[in-house]
This record gives sequence, C-alpha cells and structure tokens, in this order.
Amino acid sequence: MDNSSEGKDRPTGGTTRRQFLGQVGFVGAGLQLAPLLSKATGILPGNDALPAEPVTVTMMVNGSPKTLTLDTRVTLLDALREKLAMPGSKKGCDHGQCGACTVLVDGRRINSCLHLAVMCEGSEVTTIEGLAKGEELHPMQAAFLKHDGFQCGYCTPGQICSAVGLVKEGHAKTDADIRELMSGNICRCGAYQNILAAIKEVQNA
Amino acid sequence: MEPFRFVKAQDNLTAIRAAGINQAKFIAGGTNMLDLMKLNIETPKQIVDINKLSLYKIEELQNGGVRIGALVKNSDLAYNPYIIKNFPVLSEALLSGASPQLRNMATTGGNLMQRTRCPYFYSTDFTCNKRVPGSGCAAITGYNRMNAVLGTSDKCIATHPSDMCVAMAALGAIIHVQGQKGARAIPFADFHLLPGQTPQIEHNLKQDELITHVEIPALSFATKSHYLKVRDRASYEFALTSAAVALDIQGGTIKGARIALGGVGTKPWRSLEAEKALIGAPANAQTYRAAAEAALAAAKPYTNNAFKVELAKRTLVRALTTVEGMS
Repeated sequence: MDNSSEGKDRPTGGTTRRQFLGQVGFVGAGLQLAPLLSKATGILPGNDALPAEPVTVTMMVNGSPKTLTLDTRVTLLDALREKLAMPGSKKGCDHGQCGACTVLVDGRRINSCLHLAVMCEGSEVTTIEGLAKGEELHPMQAAFLKHDGFQCGYCTPGQICSAVGLVKEGHAKTDADIRELMSGNICRCGAYQNILAAIKEVQNA
Repeated sequence: MEPFRFVKAQDNLTAIRAAGINQAKFIAGGTNMLDLMKLNIETPKQIVDINKLSLYKIEELQNGGVRIGALVKNSDLAYNPYIIKNFPVLSEALLSGASPQLRNMATTGGNLMQRTRCPYFYSTDFTCNKRVPGSGCAAITGYNRMNAVLGTSDKCIATHPSDMCVAMAALGAIIHVQGQKGARAIPFADFHLLPGQTPQIEHNLKQDELITHVEIPALSFATKSHYLKVRDRASYEFALTSAAVALDIQGGTIKGARIALGGVGTKPWRSLEAEKALIGAPANAQTYRAAAEAALAAAKPYTNNAFKVELAKRTLVRALTTVEGMS
C-alpha cells in the first residue's frame, strides 16, 4: 500500500480503516483474520465477493438535518417519499425522462430518481415541501396558482422545482428559451402555456 | 436493481484501487448507470462514488486549448464563457443533449462512458450482442430506424448516443486516464471502439482506469464552429443525424476543416474523408455537397434507416453553410 493512503479514515461502507484495524486487533490473528480482511472494502484488492451493506448518510432536507441508514439501492426520490414522509416529489417514469421527481440539490435542479440517496452525504436538498415560508407561498407556487399552471397536478411539484432552478440559472431570455429549458418536465394535461406564463411572471418580478 | 456495495472514494488512488475489485463501476452523475441498473442491464457488485475527487476544473491552457476535469457537469461546461467563445460547437452540442436536469447531473467523463439507447439493448425480451455476447442482434432484422449506417458489423448496429462526443471527435480531444499502472493519454478517435465481433467492448479503458480529464487542443478556427442536430422533436431527443463542423475559410478557400457526425455511427464519427474533400476547395455549395457525399460513401443502410444517409448529407451541408456565414 502506498504512503498516501496510510492513516486515512476511509469511508468503506461504514467501517473506517482505523475502526477496522481496531477490530482486527481485538479479535486477534489466525484463521479469523481472513474473513475480516475481506470486509475491508477498498483496502485489499483482489476480493470479488464483498457483501452489499447498508450505508448511513446525513443530508439537509428543507433546512433540517436528516440521518438515514439505507440500502445502497435507494434513490433520493424513494428516500424522500418512503423514508422521510415527503411525498411531494412524484415518481413518474423513474428513469429521468418525465421530470416529476425534480428537486434542488445544492441549489441545482436534478432528477431525484436517478440519484442514489447514499450519494447525498452533506448535500442540501430542497423539495416542493421546502419552498414556502410557513403559510407564505414561494413566488413560483403563487404564480402557478394565479396562472392555472396545472390540471391534474401530478407533474406540478417537479415543474415548480424545475422552474425555480431555471430562474436561478438565468439562461432563459425568450419564451422559446423557457420552453426549451423546461423540456425535462412533461405535463400530459398540456398546461404548458400557463406554466410559461407563470415562469415569465416570476422572472419579471 | 441488484444489491451492490457502495464505496465513497476520497482521492484518485482510492477510487482506482476500489475499481479494481468486485466488478466495480464508478459513479459520477449516474444518469445512465442508474437507468441501466434499474433495468438489470448493468449489475455491478460495487459502486465507487467519485464525486469527492478534485476533477471539477475547466482550465484554460496557455496555448489556447482547454483542460476539462472529468467531473465537470455538462451544464457547467456548456455555459462556460471560454468554451462558448473558443469552442462554440462543444457548447451547442452539450445544450442539444438530454434535459436541463440531466445536464446538471451528467459529467464530462460519464458522457464519454454512456451506453447506446438502442431499444433492443434496453429490452431484455430481445437478443443483443452488447448485453449478452453471442446472443444475436435483434436490431439488424428488427425495427432499426434509429440505428447506425456507419461502422456497423454483423453483430451490432447501435448508434453512439452522445452529442458532446461528436463535438469532441471533431475537435480532436485527448482523454487522460489514470490506473494502478500509471497515467496515459488516449486520442479521441482511439477511445471508443467499433463493434466488430465484440460489440460489448465499447472503449479501451481497463477495469481500474479512471478518466481524470479531457484536453481540447488549441484550434484557432474553432471559434467558427457549429453543431446541428436533427431529431424527431425539437428538444430532449436523440439525434437522427447531427454534424459538428469547424471551418477555416480564407479568401473564399477552405484552409482547414473539422467534421464529425452523430446519429449515424456506432461511435462518434469523425470524417477525415469529408475534411479531405473540403480542404483546399472553394467554400461553396458544390464543395459542401461533395464533402457530404464523401462522408457517407461507406454508409450501409438497413431496412428502416435508409433515410438517414441523405438526411446526414443534408445535415452536414446545412452545418457547413451556417459556419461559412460566420466568417
């Protein structure tokens, strides 16, 4: 092992190198060492049967710290909906094509269905539930209401989070730009005209 | 999705070491990887999260080139003022791909590594030599409207889906990688592989090799460059055909040209034949059409995609005409 990795605590599925060495010392040597060594992911190359273990992750969600221990397969979308009881972000296609799951992570709009929750260590996540200040709606929420920017409402949380991201990014100068830069959000009710009006109102405010 | 072990790498060496074991895959943006994992098409036993690595810089090089960190997001690269000014073809290509959300996630290195969207690759109900080597290609005899006409083999006719890569092919990018045995630089043309008899092998990276950055060498006339993408709907759709074009026109004569095509090839398709037809010739419609004919001379259409041959020619002619207008 090269010197650069010595003494560093590695995030290896919950067991750091330092903790691991401590465990090894506790158990002792001999036959028990081999299976223990195999659990030290990333330290010993050549082992191809390491188990998948849950991972603990802490992220800020709508301003509050949340610590979760999760199966590594859980997406950010499923963590929000199923573990944190925040069902505002919607599951549409679950493949990044419809935009219903759009949330803001560290201020940028992303598809939460294509993002692993365990990748969110230290991230700041904002969902539709976190946009309003108490009873005061976020300007984009108010504009969607005013302009009737929805019909069934299923895509709306994703549309609003995406629109908030679009305004912050600042690249949309024309109606055509807004349409293009909202193309990651599909509305099967076809409220696009009113969504456009809502976004323009917030942009011009 | 199959279970996998999750490792968060803190530095390049940790990432490279963790990638060498457990059939590992790196994850950066994850937009294509997770999509495929949900369908059990990718089933890595270990995922190595590389997002903590320091590969986020876009560095202007003194000679006029640029060095792009592997983790630079597609959106950050597309809107970078230096890229917009000096390599507009790259910015336009990036902005024509995917959606704003996906561009906020997808990285430079990940875009290079994305896999084909051929529907037969995506559906485990059909045979696919990329997905299950030796099982057969359902696209050759199936509905192949979106498939390739250049670089195909009797094992695979899938198109490479990237727009960014078409621009990088035209610009002659160099891909820098690091592995347990050291670092190396791979010319863009050598990075992606033709399907041949082994379509499951799509690039020449080794299991433990990490893309660290992509270098775009200086190309003064790239300020006059353009990416044109033709597709079934106006946005958020893969290319039927596309063209990345840079031209150096002096006194009505073409002194330099860079041409690459998308949507038609099994890999990002640099056309040296088209460049040869352009360089030294007068900048006019006749020359552009001759270049387009040269670019598609080797095209082999299938049942449903013969239209792509003429469409690709017209796409290239239109892109060349647009760049001529910039001069």
